[in-house]
Amino acid sequence: MTMLSERQQLSYIASQAADARLNVELETEGMTLNIGPQHPATHGTLRIIARLDGEQVIWAEPSAGYMHRGYEKLTEVRTFPQVTSLINRIDWLGSFANEVPFILAAEKLMEIEAPPRAQHIRTILFELSRIANVGLFLGDLGVQMGAITPVFLAFRDREYVLNLIEGATGGRFHPNFDRIGGLKDDLPQGWIDETRQVMKKLRGFCDEIEDLLFGNEIFQSRTRGIGVIPADVARQYGLSGANLRASGVDWDLRRDQSLPMAWDKVDFKVWTHPDGDSWARCWVRLQEVRESTKIVDQLLDTMPAGPVMAKVPRIIKVPEGEAWVSTENPLGEMGYYVVSKGDLGPFRVKIRSASFNNISITPWVLKGVYVPDIITILASLYFILGDIDR
Amino acid sequence: MSESTDTGAEPTALASDTLRESIVDALREAIGDDLLESHLIPNDDLWIRVAVSAWRRTGEALREQGFDYFCFLSAIDWLPSPFGRGEDDPSAEPDEAETESKEMTQGYAGGATRFQMFARVTDLRRHVGVTLKADVDESMVVESWIPVYAGANWHERETHEMFGIGFAGHPDLRNMYLPGDFEGYPMRKDFPLLARMVKPWPGIVDVEPMPVDDDGEEAESS
Repeated sequence: MTMLSERQQLSYIASQAADARLNVELETEGMTLNIGPQHPATHGTLRIIARLDGEQVIWAEPSAGYMHRGYEKLTEVRTFPQVTSLINRIDWLGSFANEVPFILAAEKLMEIEAPPRAQHIRTILFELSRIANVGLFLGDLGVQMGAITPVFLAFRDREYVLNLIEGATGGRFHPNFDRIGGLKDDLPQGWIDETRQVMKKLRGFCDEIEDLLFGNEIFQSRTRGIGVIPADVARQYGLSGANLRASGVDWDLRRDQSLPMAWDKVDFKVWTHPDGDSWARCWVRLQEVRESTKIVDQLLDTMPAGPVMAKVPRIIKVPEGEAWVSTENPLGEMGYYVVSKGDLGPFRVKIRSASFNNISITPWVLKGVYVPDIITILASLYFILGDIDR
Repeated sequence: MSESTDTGAEPTALASDTLRESIVDALREAIGDDLLESHLIPNDDLWIRVAVSAWRRTGEALREQGFDYFCFLSAIDWLPSPFGRGEDDPSAEPDEAETESKEMTQGYAGGATRFQMFARVTDLRRHVGVTLKADVDESMVVESWIPVYAGANWHERETHEMFGIGFAGHPDLRNMYLPGDFEGYPMRKDFPLLARMVKPWPGIVDVEPMPVDDDGEEAESS
């Protein structure tokens, strides 16, 4: 059905055979290892319960829900413009990107479209969120394996990006800048030049991380061939974003669907990797940050003039209907299924967040791995707690 | 029974429309009369409603046709909320003109029951997704999709917890978010949002009359 590389097939068989073999070879008594919810490696409060046989995991189950905020219920008592301040907090490292698919879904139902300049700025801020989010991932990766330096580099350079986001939107973490029909404001003076400078710096950061981390022997031996996810398994679990592309699936919602955003006006490469292991996931993300800086550069060069807000009524009522819009967010496919009954607020919003699906594969992928690899695999799958629990 | 709204769209829509229509035809061939209704917005999206007894067969048929990317699975409660939207002061009488219709209406592709399953799967090669729906009957049990899409596991757990819909064949329907002994199903429309019930939403401040509107005296005396 799906073409798998020989390496993928072998590691797939190996991981499937691991728990069958374990109890035969080693007649040891199992133990249960609890990681989290308060643990530095869990990026928040994800708890993992692993049953071990010796050093190998025979069963693992993440336990989410320590940060459940019930956003789907809360959206039902908010008006459409109010929802963005909630959904900002789903993936808090790339919060502008959370607003975009919801706003697009509402615009789709209202049959309005943001003016070209607003689409451009939206796309730039979207990519800046990706750089801020995934850039931090690249630094954080080292910490999971005992390397402290990369995380300082990442925090240093993320600050430049956050300053840009703050300059344009007024908020460093929760911009709440996207409006139905456009954007709250235009860009401030001098912002475009500053962004060009920062993008140059960020490319330097990527080179730095590549030399420091990806070229490191310890890093390679901890990630290469570890936590292999074959392409057909990845699709079945609905993995998205870099996790899917690292399994060799060439799928990027920025390129593969038409949205009223500016991605079709720029030239960028969608990176994939055939291996599907932890290394591949990290490597694809590194390339994505580089591509994002290039996308931002191109968009800055072709910025159209004009208004940033379409004509929308003062009191927004969204016509009856259903709409599904998803975008390629820093963590993967994030989508909103919005049901409107022609009222001020949505009737039902289903939030499809990337990390929920990405982490639901952990019971499968952690089977048969060694204990220290739990941490690297989870780190390479890259999740944000708020994005799992919502 | 494929009904398409606004067929007089621009001619570029044709290529994509034949694609979505062929999906409906292929699925009808696979599951027959269990395909109840479909709704197509040309060049945009497709909704298909199937009989709940054919829920798993639909998943299998679609997966064979290339829809092997599992996006999400959840449910909708179509009951109009008896509590309004919680915007107003809970102690005040609801304003008749402002409250939404109390009649239960289902969305695209129709339906007859209060609870509906809906799920979305995508074909990554043809770049097309489809939203599936199924009416949940009184038994409140639906076949599990885990044998078809392994990723449905957590989504079904969440749906079970939030809507009280059971999944036949699911190995482990533990709660994901709520305590194990939690009573009620929070995402049902008749489950009140308690925070709004006990305390008016702070946003109400915006619509409170200004002090001078109250009785004029207060503003003048100060």
